[in-house]
Amino acid sequence: MTRALTLIRRRLVGSIFVLLIVVVGTFLLLEAAPGDAVDAYIVSTGGDAGMIELLRHRWGLDQSELTRLANYLWALLHLDLGQSVTFSRPIREIILERLPNTLLLMVSATALSFGLGSALGIYAGARPGSFRDRFLSIGSLALYAVPGFWLGLVLIVIFAVDLRWLPIGGIETLASDKTGLARAADIGVHLALPVAALGFIYLALYLRMMRAGMAEAWRQDFILAARARGLSRRRIVLAHVARNALLPLVTMLGLQSAQMLGGSVVIESVFSVPGLGRLAQEAVAARDTPLLLGIILVSAVLVILINLVVDIAYAFLDPRVGASEERA
Amino acid sequence: MSGFTISRRTMLAGSAMLLASTAMPTLGRAQTPKKGGRLVLAADSEPRNLNPAIVASNGVFFISSKIVETLAEASFDGKDGLAPRLAVSWEGAADGLSATFKLREGVKWHDGKPFTSADVAFSALQIWKPLQNLGRTVFKDLSAVDTPDDLTAVFKFAKPTPFQLIRNALPALSSVVPKHIYEVGKIEDNPANTAPIGTGPFKFGEYKAGQYYRLTKNTDYWGKDEPNLDEIIYQVLPDRTSAASALEAEEIQLAAFSAVPLADLDRISKVPGLKVISKGYEGLTYQLVVEINHRRKELADVKVRQAIAHAIDKDFVVKTVFLGYAATATGPVPKNDPQFYTSDVPTYAFDVAKANALLDEAGYNKGADGNRFSLKLLPAPYFNETKQFGDYLRQALAAIGIDAQLVNNDSAAHIKAVYTDHAFDLAVGPPVFRGDPAISTTILVQSGIPDGVPFSNQGGYKNGALDALIAKASETLDTSARTDLYKEFQKQVATDLPLINVAEWSFISVASDKVGNIANNPRWAVSNWADTYLES
Repeated sequence: MTRALTLIRRRLVGSIFVLLIVVVGTFLLLEAAPGDAVDAYIVSTGGDAGMIELLRHRWGLDQSELTRLANYLWALLHLDLGQSVTFSRPIREIILERLPNTLLLMVSATALSFGLGSALGIYAGARPGSFRDRFLSIGSLALYAVPGFWLGLVLIVIFAVDLRWLPIGGIETLASDKTGLARAADIGVHLALPVAALGFIYLALYLRMMRAGMAEAWRQDFILAARARGLSRRRIVLAHVARNALLPLVTMLGLQSAQMLGGSVVIESVFSVPGLGRLAQEAVAARDTPLLLGIILVSAVLVILINLVVDIAYAFLDPRVGASEERA
Repeated sequence: MSGFTISRRTMLAGSAMLLASTAMPTLGRAQTPKKGGRLVLAADSEPRNLNPAIVASNGVFFISSKIVETLAEASFDGKDGLAPRLAVSWEGAADGLSATFKLREGVKWHDGKPFTSADVAFSALQIWKPLQNLGRTVFKDLSAVDTPDDLTAVFKFAKPTPFQLIRNALPALSSVVPKHIYEVGKIEDNPANTAPIGTGPFKFGEYKAGQYYRLTKNTDYWGKDEPNLDEIIYQVLPDRTSAASALEAEEIQLAAFSAVPLADLDRISKVPGLKVISKGYEGLTYQLVVEINHRRKELADVKVRQAIAHAIDKDFVVKTVFLGYAATATGPVPKNDPQFYTSDVPTYAFDVAKANALLDEAGYNKGADGNRFSLKLLPAPYFNETKQFGDYLRQALAAIGIDAQLVNNDSAAHIKAVYTDHAFDLAVGPPVFRGDPAISTTILVQSGIPDGVPFSNQGGYKNGALDALIAKASETLDTSARTDLYKEFQKQVATDLPLINVAEWSFISVASDKVGNIANNPRWAVSNWADTYLES
């Protein structure tokens, strides 16, 4: 247990610097982008010089970059994410509203790609070089090569427009006043297509890693030993080959979480899911610096946490890892 | 696809409104409107501020015009193109120093309080004049609003103000909000800006960010037996392709403001149960304009500008970029405007040889590589069509030996580059014609506008005669004299080409056959929809 605590402590200290770099970097990047929130806003309204000056003043854009960054960091120290200029609402509120949707989408899609991917990987890797192995490898690679938005659109056309089995988008039926289980089921139905679109793309990754890991494991001495002990093929595949091949997949799971967040931007737009990814895209277009900073900060924390969990899990799965960290 | 009115209007020019008014009865079905039902439609943006008195823009009107009403609305057949809403009659004094509005009786705010002239006075003086994006210009000389009784509001102007302008501004600029809600605290921070309270046929229900807006029926509405619908739901669909899919899947019944891209219209018009409608936006005309930076010495030469005008095949642009859903332009006032448009202006036929000759004449000969000079071309990114026209313009300019380099930006960057930094040679812009040239059109060519004002002359163009004409028109009170001045204005702009007007277009609606009373006024998508109904 102390091993895990040391790991957590060390990671958290390191994370603070990572977060600081993320915040300052994002701020500078957005400052470097031409045009500010007022420029983005007046696209749809127009307005005279006086009105524009008024807006810049109200939104605090007449202050220097440094002052604004310092103000932001100072507020952040007090755990205050500030006020969004596009929504004129506290950013914490906006993010908390959207975060569950993105998390639900990400976790479901990850579960789908990891679960189905590794299962198919085991199926393929159990007999390397067989027809089913080739078929699954090529099929998953084809899926991996497909752009997410295209897959999403195709799913919409087939399942929502032609067959009408599933809704075309959104997170739940609009203004339906459903509660409890009915609402959960409703959300599930709405998430089926976006989860499929996001999950299927990363499926190939897990499938191929699992398969490669298994092909590798087959050649190991302990497999030979297991065979010599007369274990059934089924047992060798599951308990020895697959279990060993699973380890790198767990690492991948952590790394992939950041990618999933990126992929959700596209999927959330295509399926009109009110999530963080879409919000981030809107924040960039509107040059809503504090909102984007808030989103990136929350995403960074999320990715750090996921990787921490993965590392702890890893330390338990493979004693060799924790031991080396402890010595270091 | 039903009759395409914009091209028909091209031929009928000034009498467009007449045509529209006679065409309407045949379009509308001879059915009694059904009561009840929920209309679900696509919304592609989520305005932060839903107060149309502060933000007079189509994005805001689209939702809030059902909740907050104006003094008058645009109309196909009403006098001066107007239909009464909160005002029942209006009259301007001969000296241009006052205008009297008689208000509707028995109107109540959504919270039950009575609507009175005090609300109009408050909205005009505290919001339209100091805070509203367009009102700051039109109502700049408004000095007081007298309220002799609850149903009379008399606008007083410090300087003579043409009543024609005020009248033309009514549909977009005169949203009335309740004084009793707004007189407490800062107007900009009032919660009613995001949950508006008005007099309209629908009340604000709820807003779920990223998902929908819900409006519910105002059972206390002043219109007899109106509204027909029980609910309006705006479903937020950010992706360009989702509106079409949602219509086909019958999840929504209406997509206005061209939420269905032009390229999909042909296909979707063949889907049974859906109709494509190009009417109902006559009062919201967008102009495709080539903005010119006159600081570039080549572009300061009128021959070069004429050459560019001759190099553009407007018919091709209408056919290819707009797939026919547009009209070619002759000048700064669109052909479908019933009051001001004149076709009596110099025109520039598509003629590459002539364009080349003009450039030779101007002294810009082709170099060894076939180019005369290079330009930076910035197409505005707000519409697909402005971007596509940018691509076309690059080719058209190449044909006359001008090498245009395309610079693509997102909206905020484009606004800054063109209107603040002036970092462009040519830009493609979509200014809006708002029913009167003084609202947002003369500003496109007038000199002396500070840097950073969007959709204004930031090209460094200065023409004393044109400035004088604009100034004179702004203080001419007689309607016909004022109209004549704006006809002269169109002529001068078309002659000197401070900018080049290429085409005029508006939006397209796609709706289920079940939706009734669509497109029955020139600003239908941003009108109050009291008579809109759904067949069960």
